[in-house]
This record gives sequence, C-alpha cells and structure tokens, in this order.
Amino acid sequence: MKNKTKLYSLKLFLILMPIVLFTIVSCGNNDGQDPSKFSGTKKNDVANDISAFELENGFGPVKQKIELGPIDPKLVKQGQTIFETKCAACHKLDEKYVGPAQRDVIKRRTPEYILNFMLNPEENYQKHPEAKKMLAQYLTQMPNQNISIDEAKAVLDYFRKVAEEK
Amino acid sequence: MKNISNKIILIVIGLIISMAAIYSGCNQSKGTLSGNEAEQVYVAPGNYDDFYLFASGGFNGQIGVYGLPSGRHFKTISVFAQNPETGYGYSEETKEMLNTSYGFIPWDDAHHPELSMTDGIPDGRFIFINGNNTPRVAKIDLKEFETMEIIEIPNSAGNHASPFVTENTEYIIAATRFSVPIPQSDVPISSYKENFKGTMSFIKLDPKTEKMNLEFQIIVPGFDYDLAHAGKGPSHDWAFFTSYNSEQANSLLEINASKNDKDFIAAVNWKKAEQYFKEGKAKTYPAEYYRNYIDEKTHIAVSEKNNQVKVLDPKDCPGMIYYLPTPKSPHGVDVDPTGEYIVAGGKLATVIPVHSFKKMLKAIEEKQFDGEVGGIPILKYDAVVAGEVQNPGLGPLHTEFDGNGYAYTSAFISSEIVKWKLGTWEVVDRIPVYYSIGHLCIPGGDSKKPYGKYVIALNKITKDRYLPTGPEITQSAQLIDISGEKMKMLLDFPTVGEPHYAQAIPTELIMKNSKKFYPIEENFNPNAVKSEKDSRVERKGNEIHVYMTAMRSHFSPDNIEGIKLGDIVYFHVTNLEQDWDVPHGFTVKGNNNSELLIMPGQTRTITWIPKKTGIYPFYCTDFCSALHQEMQGYIRVSPANSNVELAFSLGK
Repeated sequence: MKNKTKLYSLKLFLILMPIVLFTIVSCGNNDGQDPSKFSGTKKNDVANDISAFELENGFGPVKQKIELGPIDPKLVKQGQTIFETKCAACHKLDEKYVGPAQRDVIKRRTPEYILNFMLNPEENYQKHPEAKKMLAQYLTQMPNQNISIDEAKAVLDYFRKVAEEK
Repeated sequence: MKNISNKIILIVIGLIISMAAIYSGCNQSKGTLSGNEAEQVYVAPGNYDDFYLFASGGFNGQIGVYGLPSGRHFKTISVFAQNPETGYGYSEETKEMLNTSYGFIPWDDAHHPELSMTDGIPDGRFIFINGNNTPRVAKIDLKEFETMEIIEIPNSAGNHASPFVTENTEYIIAATRFSVPIPQSDVPISSYKENFKGTMSFIKLDPKTEKMNLEFQIIVPGFDYDLAHAGKGPSHDWAFFTSYNSEQANSLLEINASKNDKDFIAAVNWKKAEQYFKEGKAKTYPAEYYRNYIDEKTHIAVSEKNNQVKVLDPKDCPGMIYYLPTPKSPHGVDVDPTGEYIVAGGKLATVIPVHSFKKMLKAIEEKQFDGEVGGIPILKYDAVVAGEVQNPGLGPLHTEFDGNGYAYTSAFISSEIVKWKLGTWEVVDRIPVYYSIGHLCIPGGDSKKPYGKYVIALNKITKDRYLPTGPEITQSAQLIDISGEKMKMLLDFPTVGEPHYAQAIPTELIMKNSKKFYPIEENFNPNAVKSEKDSRVERKGNEIHVYMTAMRSHFSPDNIEGIKLGDIVYFHVTNLEQDWDVPHGFTVKGNNNSELLIMPGQTRTITWIPKKTGIYPFYCTDFCSALHQEMQGYIRVSPANSNVELAFSLGK
C-alpha cells in the first residue's frame, strides 16, 4: 500500500518535473537580457562546414572569382609601397622570415585567397585548414593591417609582378 | 486509499504552487525591476554600458572614464599628470604639454570635467578640465581620449571656477579662487584689500580650428570666485559665478570669511563683454603664459609662449556685470534646463536660494540696486530671488536637473541628496549617501536636455564602505536610480583619485567616433620609420638616434652596438601595426625615465643616458602576441674612448 503511493508520487513527479524545469529555464532565458538595454552584438562564430569555393579562395569579402586584367604598373608601385610599410616587417620576397617568402605566393594561392587572407586573416585562421596549417608551421598569426580592398588589389598586382621577375 | 489520494492531491497542489511562485517571480523581475537593484546595474559580459562617465581625478590630475550603470573603470586619461605607464609627459612627443610660465610641472589638481556643448546639449566632441593649482584648462579629444591642448591662465590663482562652457562652446569660462595682485607684485599680504584682485577669463574656442585662445579677462574685486555655469536659452548671453570671502579676509578664512550674511553671485553678460572687447575697451596687461597643443600632423606637442592679455575693467564697461546677493558663502551655481532659474548652494546656508533670470533683467532695468563694489552694481536680493528651498539638508553644495521639473541638490554635512520641485521649491524626496557628498551628476544634468535616468553621488569620504586598505581608502561614487518617484540606491563603485565633478553622456554619442588606430600614411612625425627597411641607427655628435620599428613580434633593429658612455640615446619607435588594440611597449634596462606605450601607427620617443658599460636588454612591455616574450633585443654600451663601430642589425 505504502509502496504504491510512493510509485504514484514518483510518476507524478516525473511528469510534472519537466514542466517545472521548463518554467525555470524559460524564465532564465527571457530574463537574461533587458531588451531596452543597449548591448553590443558580439559574434561568436564556430568553425563549420567549408564550401569548395571557400576551400580554394578563403573566407573574406571576395566571394566570387575575379577577372584579372593585365598587370597595372601604377598599382604595382602602390602595392610595393604598401607591402614595404605594412608587410615587410615579417615578409621577404625570397626567404622565409617571420612569415613565408612572398615572391611565389601567386603561384601557391588563388588571387581571391590572397585578397581574402590579407583582408580577413582572423577568420581564416579560425576556419580555413590551409591557414591553420600555416599557423602551425610559422607560429605567428599574421595581423590584420586594415588595408582596403583596393589597396589589397594593388598588393596583389605587386605580387603578380615580382613573380614574373624571377 | 483515501489517505493516498489526499497525499497525491497535496503533492500536485504543492507543485502547482511552486510553479506559480517561480513564474510570478519571473514576471516581477521582468517588469518594473523594483527590488532587483543588481539587475539594473548588471551589464552582461560582452555587452556595453549605456553611458560614459567622466570623473575628475582631483589630486591625481587625471580623468577617470567609467561605464554606467556598471561602474566599470575603462581608462584613466592623462591630463596634467605625467604617466609613466604610457610615457605621457615623459616622451619627447608629449612632455611639452606640461610646460608653464613656471617651467615644467608634472602634476595638477583637476576638478571639473565639462563636456563641449552644441545648442546647450553635450555633443561628444571634447571634454575640458581645470588645473586648479597652476591655473590651466585642458581640452581632451573624445575621438582619441587624449589631451590635445592645455592653456595656462595668467592673472589667476586657484583656477577653481573653471572650466564651464557657454551654450555652443563659444567660450570656456574660468575664474580665480585665490585673489592675488594683478599683475603679480611683491606686496605685504596684509595689503589684501588694497592690492588683491580676482579675474574671470574667457577662453574662446575657435569654431574652425577648435583651438583655445584666451580672448579677454575681466578684473573683479578680490573675493574668492568658487564655481560657475553659463546660461542657456533666454540666458544664453550670461554666465554666473559664485563668490565667497566678500569680507576680503586673508587669514583664518573659516571664521573671517564667514561673517557676512550674504556673498555674491556675479552675473556676467559675456556677449556685452565680447562687444566691449571688440570695441577696444580692454587694456593690455603684461602676462606670461603658455599654450601647449598636439600638432595635428606630427602628433608632437608644441609649446607657445604668450606675453600679454587683454583685460576689461567693469568701471569702463557699464551693464557688463552685476552682483546678486546670495546667502551664505555660496559654492555651486547651477542653471536649470530652461535657463530661467539660477540655483546657488550656500555651504553655510539653511535654504537654497533660487534666482530668477527674468527678475534679474527686470531689476537691472529698474535699477533696483543696493550699492556697488568696484564699479559693479549690487542688485536687491528680493528683486532677484524667485524662491528658497526650505530644509534642503545641511551644507547644500551643488544642483543638477532631471529635465522633468525636478532638481537634485547634494548636501555635504548631512550626507544626502535632496530632490525638490522647481517652481514650488518643495522637497519631495531625500536619500542618504555614504559619505559627505560633494558634487553630483545626472547625465546631461547641467544641459538643456538632461537624460535623467540616474544621479551619481560623488563622495568625499568612504570610511567603512569597502574592504580597508590601510589609512588610505578608495574614493567612491554611488549610482542612484531617479526614474521613479523615489530615489533608489543601486551601486557603490570606487573611483581613481578624488571625483570632484563628473559628467556623463550616452555611449552612442562617443563610441561611433572612437579612433581605432592611427593610419600610418598620416604619421608625419619627422622621426617616424614607415618601413622596416628604413629602420636604422645614426650618430650625431654624442647623440644616438635609433629609428626603430615595432611589429608583432620583433623590433627592428634588435642588436645595436657602438654606443658609448656620454652618449644620449633617443629611441624613436614607430608601431607599424594597423589594427585596433595592438599597442607595443618599449623599455630598456636602467633607464631613468618612463617606458613608452606606442599606439598602432604612432611614433614615440624616449631618451636614455646610459651610465655604465655592458649589455642592456630592451623589450616590449605590452603583451602583444603569442611570441611577445620573444620581442626583445640587446644594446652594447662601450667606454667613451672605445673604438667599437656603430652597428645595428636584425636577424643576423
């Protein structure tokens, strides 16, 4: 008799407990943030699937293949200045330094990958298998030097030019 | 069996009740938040505060930046005090900022932060603050949170009634607390009444260049001018200054300057003063004073010495200034959002007198005078007073406004904030604060449009509110909710230095403009090195110039030889990074100087005079990357007569 009561109570408890728990949990969720409160949006991206395009061309603002025209000498000059100010502290053309030698980068990577990597190194280090491999090899993460896409294209033309020179 | 079902029913009821309790508790905390102070000040990790609070550091000579409602401390802005943490006041690029006519001064006492205004509302461009001891006014740019300009004020001592801005920041006003002989001279102190005078200074902010210029001063009787506020709306053309010591005592002021029933608020028509100045009514006084500013292109501080100032005498300028009798040793003077009421806080008064701007104009028109001092007409108290707040607490000091018709006055002696209604002058609420409140701050509370959500009590004494830390205990502020009828205490938070006055502004007015790094292309420091290949070491006589770059995670060069005893070494370090929040630090062993903290894209210079031969390591002090510990180098120092060649390298 007594046992049966206990069993009943247990069953009821098992039925009702999830409801109670749900009430508590949903309350917590609703309550955590005051919608009127000013709050910054923080991204917390977790590495996920990677598309074939991203695998070849990296993550960043360049989301489709670009058409490369002839090398523009004006851009090459601009690209060289940018490279010397913002990149040459860690990259040389013909020898491994803090980062890899850059003369042949255009042969190793797609133009889109080079642009995306210059413009968005952080995300690539988090998500792209190639970038992760480079980090394991070189140990230093390439900093974001906050260049514009046009400046990145100038550096790209500089890379195309120096690749021809050897 | 009945027994069983009873038990079951009881269990079910119990569960339902507990669910209901949980649910209703949940609703309550989501609603008015009443009874849940913690939630009102909680800013979840990664979220932002609603307001920036800028609190003066008092005797630390700096400004503390905090978030509201959390009370979290974000930054200490170096203003009048050298800061070895960043190199401010030590580096070649910043040390000129602290030049005065008394030479280099590494410190001051900073009291009153004042946000720049457009149309009587804080605009988020600048914050100004006074140097009290060696009279100066500083301008801090809120894009960078850096001090960009400091102007010294001549003919002044104890720059306390300072700095307060007019409705569109046309002028930054400042007046002397300590009267002194003007111009300075060697006279007996007992000749105070004869020789000592005060001044009110009008610093013009050029609307285009945004540079400060001491446009003119007004010479006034030798009282102690204490605080000020400019008018707004109808009183736009006017500025108000409190004074005490109308007795003109020069010793034991706590007795001798507390004799008169009433001292004065000086009402200055600055538009009229400007007009007199333009008409050439001002006399030229010799006066040595400095203006120091950060050059926009080179980011290097430049000192400019001035030798004279234009001074207006009220005797030559009718209608420019009047005295409003005000009981009793008044301290704060605050103008309500409509610009009509001028509220005085009399340290020793038993009421808060409120003057009416309209009545003041009428009294001036009707010449309702009660004598004059030094050519300044004294208006009749009854002709200007709008009302008196009775029982406002003991030692009322400062008043701010919520924009909903209420005023909040701090009472120092009775340690409380008193809320009262403008117009009826009745006290409607009061709240104790801990302890001995000086200023108080409502975001935008001295402007035309207060935000009115909180009042912050800025307390002089903390005593038992925090864990003891020896005889010196932290300074403190308290956050109080004023959104309801009753004030509600939310939070204690410690402040860096003594918070005299503070001002707060919604975050969105500032954070959208905040600079993230200095574009390297715009670095025109003549000692900048914009590419690692240009890094080098040069000898010019006994000066060694190291043109060095810093980039995660190395300096270039990092091996230097050929420095000799007797050399002065200048390290010009350029941070080549172009990313937010990546400063590099630089320091060398045994340097009798500060370190450098170099922001991305910036060049900073520190000098070193080595005193012993040997090998000296240098390194980056600001943890910058995974290989930060590798960011290091060596310098060899040889005897004066050695023939070690000057050499430098990286990676060799």
